[in-house]
Amino acid sequence: MIQSFYETMIEGERYVLILQGLGVTILIAVCAIIIGTVLGCILALMKISDSKLLRVIGTLYTTVLRGLPLATQLMIFYFIVFAPLHLPKLLVAILAYGLNSGAYCTEIFRAGIQGVDRGQTEAGRSLGLSKKQTLFKIILPQAAKAVLPTYTSEFIVLIKETSVASFIAVMDMTKAGDMIRNSTYNAWIPLLTCAVIYLILTLGLTKVFGGFEKRMAKSER
Amino acid sequence: MKDEILIKVSHLQKAFNGGRNVLSDISIDIRRGEKIVIIGPSGCGKSTFLRCINRLEEPTGGTITFEGVDVTDSNVNMDLQRQKMGMVFQHFNLFPHLTIMQNLTLAPVTLKLKTEEEAKKIGFELLKKVGLEDKMDKYPSTLSGGQKQRIAIVRSLAMNPDVMLFDEPTSALDPEMVGEVLNVMKDLAKQGMTMLVVTHEMGFAREVADRILFIHGGVIEEQGTPDEIFNHPQSERLRQFLKAIL
Repeated sequence: MIQSFYETMIEGERYVLILQGLGVTILIAVCAIIIGTVLGCILALMKISDSKLLRVIGTLYTTVLRGLPLATQLMIFYFIVFAPLHLPKLLVAILAYGLNSGAYCTEIFRAGIQGVDRGQTEAGRSLGLSKKQTLFKIILPQAAKAVLPTYTSEFIVLIKETSVASFIAVMDMTKAGDMIRNSTYNAWIPLLTCAVIYLILTLGLTKVFGGFEKRMAKSER
Repeated sequence: MKDEILIKVSHLQKAFNGGRNVLSDISIDIRRGEKIVIIGPSGCGKSTFLRCINRLEEPTGGTITFEGVDVTDSNVNMDLQRQKMGMVFQHFNLFPHLTIMQNLTLAPVTLKLKTEEEAKKIGFELLKKVGLEDKMDKYPSTLSGGQKQRIAIVRSLAMNPDVMLFDEPTSALDPEMVGEVLNVMKDLAKQGMTMLVVTHEMGFAREVADRILFIHGGVIEEQGTPDEIFNHPQSERLRQFLKAIL
């Protein structure tokens, strides 16, 4: 077992491929969640706004981006939308994942905001706070706490979905594992290595965010 | 100033989604310092009436004048008017992510009416009055229902309002906690606060009210002093209502 791990991964420094892939996977996921979070905040506020136009734009965005398979979107962005700009593949992947994640974040945040009891808004407004003040001082802090678990799982889903980046020839970790499988004719070692690393990533994230949640819950006691 | 009219309601109407009229035609003058208790069967519109006054519900007809300002005018800055109208809710609606002290200081400080220190000082004095100063750094989830409602009253008072609206303040409380909340309200009444109270607590109504409004079917069916309402009810509906609840 150790012997075959050595032959497939260490010899010819093939593990470097995995590390490069891992770097790409993390880079895409982290950049995309940042883009997605910012976009999600903006679109969620649009979706709860008084302006019908803003609401329609928000709904249109989330409907389209959540309604299409990610691989399809990725190719549309690469071969059609961003094609005239000749952007690097990695950048297109980051943008595509970010735009897609934005749609999911929007729905997560919107549900979080609307999940806060109506009485909270009424209490804030009855004290003379404006709509905006009520939103930022009363509603959003409570919504943030409520969305943390779903937000965590969105991040985890994102990490796993980076594995379809190879559709536009970006070498993420899964692709790296697959390349090693191809050149060594050993499927077990490279793919299981990838699997273990994904698990470590997702479990680690769950732990970290779980810690946040606990700390936030503690503040109410 | 006792006879100064603080709130003038004329022909107030409220219909939900163009459907049934919850309030069909309500007119009343409320003088500064007056204690008004609003009673009536559930669904009669008494809460809606109260919520129209600070426009948590949008009236669909008529006018409400508060301190000379027509608050039903859509050009009026309602946030400014609401600063002078405290409201206490059935379900307290304390802010769970803030400590008790932060609950009290949030509005005055955010609205830049007071500095943080001033607001805290006033908050502390108010908490002392209701005997809850030791809870100032606690979160609402650690309090009993009665304590929460006393804090909610104090939170409104921290804005130094000219009128207090109470929307069934004791209906969500366990029976043994009703008294402590009513006592705070009675103290407030003694200090001369103008109060509008929707409640089912007839003992409180009898003791504190200057005037009782009996709302039925979206109109003020009958109004009068506690003695007139409880001992000499005129309308058949009021008699039936009193028979059912007493």
